[in-house]
Amino acid sequence: MTKAVLSTLELLVLLLPAALLLGGYMARVFRGERTFLSAGLRPIEKLVYRLCRIDESQEMSGRSYALSVVATTLGGCLVLFLIQLLQGILPFNPQGLHGVRWDTALNTAISFGTNTNWQAYAGETTMSPLTQMLGLAVQNFLSAAVGIAVAVAMIRGFARKETQTIGSFWVDFVRAVVYVLLPLALVLAVVLVSQGVVQTLHAPVSAQTLEGATQVIPVGPVASQEAIKEVGTNGGGYYNANSAHPFENPNGLTNLLENFALLLIPTALVFSFGIIVGNRRQGRALLAAMLVLFALGLGVSFWAELSGNPLLAGAGVSGGANLEGKEVRFGIPASALWAESTTVTSTGAVNSAHDSDLPLSGLVQLFNMGIGEVIFGGVGVGLIGMLFYVVLAMFIAGLMIGRTPEFLGKKLGAREMIMAVIGILLPSITLLAGAAVALVLPAGLAGLGNPAAHGLSEILYAYTSAAGNNGSAMAGLSVNTPFYNLTLGLAMLIGRFATLLPGLAIGAAVARKKTVPGSIATFPTTGALFVVVLVAVILLVGALTYFPAFSLGPILEHLFLGAGRLA
Amino acid sequence: MKEIRTAFLVILVFSLLLGVVYPLLMTGIGQLAFPSRANGSLVSVGGHVVGSELIGQSFVSARYFHGRPSPSDYDAMASGASNFGPTNSAFLLEVKTRVDRLLRENDLAPGTSVPADLVLASASGLDPDISLEGALLQVDRVAAARGLDIAVVRALVQQMTRGPFLGAFGDPRVNVLQLNLALDGLS
Repeated sequence: MTKAVLSTLELLVLLLPAALLLGGYMARVFRGERTFLSAGLRPIEKLVYRLCRIDESQEMSGRSYALSVVATTLGGCLVLFLIQLLQGILPFNPQGLHGVRWDTALNTAISFGTNTNWQAYAGETTMSPLTQMLGLAVQNFLSAAVGIAVAVAMIRGFARKETQTIGSFWVDFVRAVVYVLLPLALVLAVVLVSQGVVQTLHAPVSAQTLEGATQVIPVGPVASQEAIKEVGTNGGGYYNANSAHPFENPNGLTNLLENFALLLIPTALVFSFGIIVGNRRQGRALLAAMLVLFALGLGVSFWAELSGNPLLAGAGVSGGANLEGKEVRFGIPASALWAESTTVTSTGAVNSAHDSDLPLSGLVQLFNMGIGEVIFGGVGVGLIGMLFYVVLAMFIAGLMIGRTPEFLGKKLGAREMIMAVIGILLPSITLLAGAAVALVLPAGLAGLGNPAAHGLSEILYAYTSAAGNNGSAMAGLSVNTPFYNLTLGLAMLIGRFATLLPGLAIGAAVARKKTVPGSIATFPTTGALFVVVLVAVILLVGALTYFPAFSLGPILEHLFLGAGRLA
Repeated sequence: MKEIRTAFLVILVFSLLLGVVYPLLMTGIGQLAFPSRANGSLVSVGGHVVGSELIGQSFVSARYFHGRPSPSDYDAMASGASNFGPTNSAFLLEVKTRVDRLLRENDLAPGTSVPADLVLASASGLDPDISLEGALLQVDRVAAARGLDIAVVRALVQQMTRGPFLGAFGDPRVNVLQLNLALDGLS
């Protein structure tokens, strides 16, 4: 337990001050103020505007902002789809790989365009270096920038009053790439290469092992992709084993840095939020709620994983230590810490195999994703999702004290409430319906990698990950089939737009409203009471939505495990 | 529509910046500043590549320390985990078989508890390390097979053991390829 607590504290000591600094920096960037990087980056920003014929002074209505978001997301998917299909005739393909099969390519295109990075394929034998660089890595940046932009627009809505516009999507989007994502990725990539993450355009290397066998070792432009994969909460690995692969994550230092990187922007955005709405205590209150939920889930995971697997202990494994699917250089605590971090954000990068985690860890991961990844969350979309819960919590609190719900001086009406409920419930309905369909169709059951309750968890995990735009998997499920590629692809699209569009709708709606000054009767939204109400609402919604499904999957398996029963 | 045109222009311009300039710049920096790391931390003996210090490889001979079980048998083109669930009976059966084999190979009494890493597969299937306990368990066998003093082999294991990063990330561990290369250097 010492290592568990110590690794968590070390991560937070690194994360919170860095997020505070980055949060202030991002607030300046998105308000169009000068920063210490402006001298170098402003020319690049202006060049992009000129080449793309963007007028940076042109503000947008919510509708126009939303159209731009949809066009950029679907356009990105289309380009990525074509690159994969044409891979066989494109250059930079030293292994001579063929074009990707259409259903896999479509699933992957949606997956990377929606910041999900669900991977039905194995990178080393499916995607050429060109596809990885020009296709997948580019969407890592762009999908992350879309999420940040929409969050900024929504925040702006709360900060403004009686206006029809919420900023320019193109400006927010370009700034997110040029001022935030690219500099962070550059720095992280250099550090990763120095530690052993490969970065080369060479073909796979052939080695003659000490015992005389031949081992073919795939290399490629990995560090550049690894960096943005974590910074942008994307999670799509260059290799099939993702961040468990030694070339993606070679040691304890890279593991800490990557874990830090995938939490950084989501955490920083909470600070930016407080600054932009002119109420830093509000940002800190949201952060407190996130930290409480983070600690709850992490505590359960640590307890489960460190208790070990009694069945393994019975088989002669010392302490029943659950090292199946975990790397020695990370160990059990750092694997559990990462699993928590990657599922509370929408990252989905993994440094261990979630399919082999103990049932209660799986339960926590499913819960983190199922509530919509609002504990820190994905870049941008996490904060948007948290604000949905804030609207819901304020509505409930308003009912209890008998006043119109308010947040940040904005009266919350039916429109805001409807949009928040769509944002919370539509992904949940999608994932439960998808899993239910897969569980009754032969095409769904054919993919199972494990029997009984654990099999149900695998299918539930797949749709939860897709609708939550997470991308991690209980990877024993064989999903590279037309059935799974198409249904999971649809779930990813619904999950993405059911977050982005209601977020914009709320932002645009509150921007039109007056800001009313708080009175003695206003429900205080920066204190401990607010944090408790918010956390309680999130736990309640999650429990009410998922308890029946969870009880048939991870909870049942946990009971089996305790009774020493095999499946 | 104007939005669609702008979207495609932005995707095109950023594809060049982020899909060509950025990775090539990183490749240039990596190749200049950290050439060995950037190319896969390859290990050469007598002029030919015997593997990567970061990528585990299969060892079955009694003369070498063995790594962890690998679902792909250390095929580096097929990284990945077993994805066995914790209550899967096929999984438990396989673990029992591995425990028995490990005890037999190292001449240990049946019923002895063994370090988990030696009988459970890693997440990548390419884990380059074993735990310190996992290495110590194999010392007697390796020393006997090579006609070396047990104390010498044990000292080598201790010397090559690396501790957890910042006291919290990872278990005390030994890189199997490096350990075996050092053994070959001894005898």
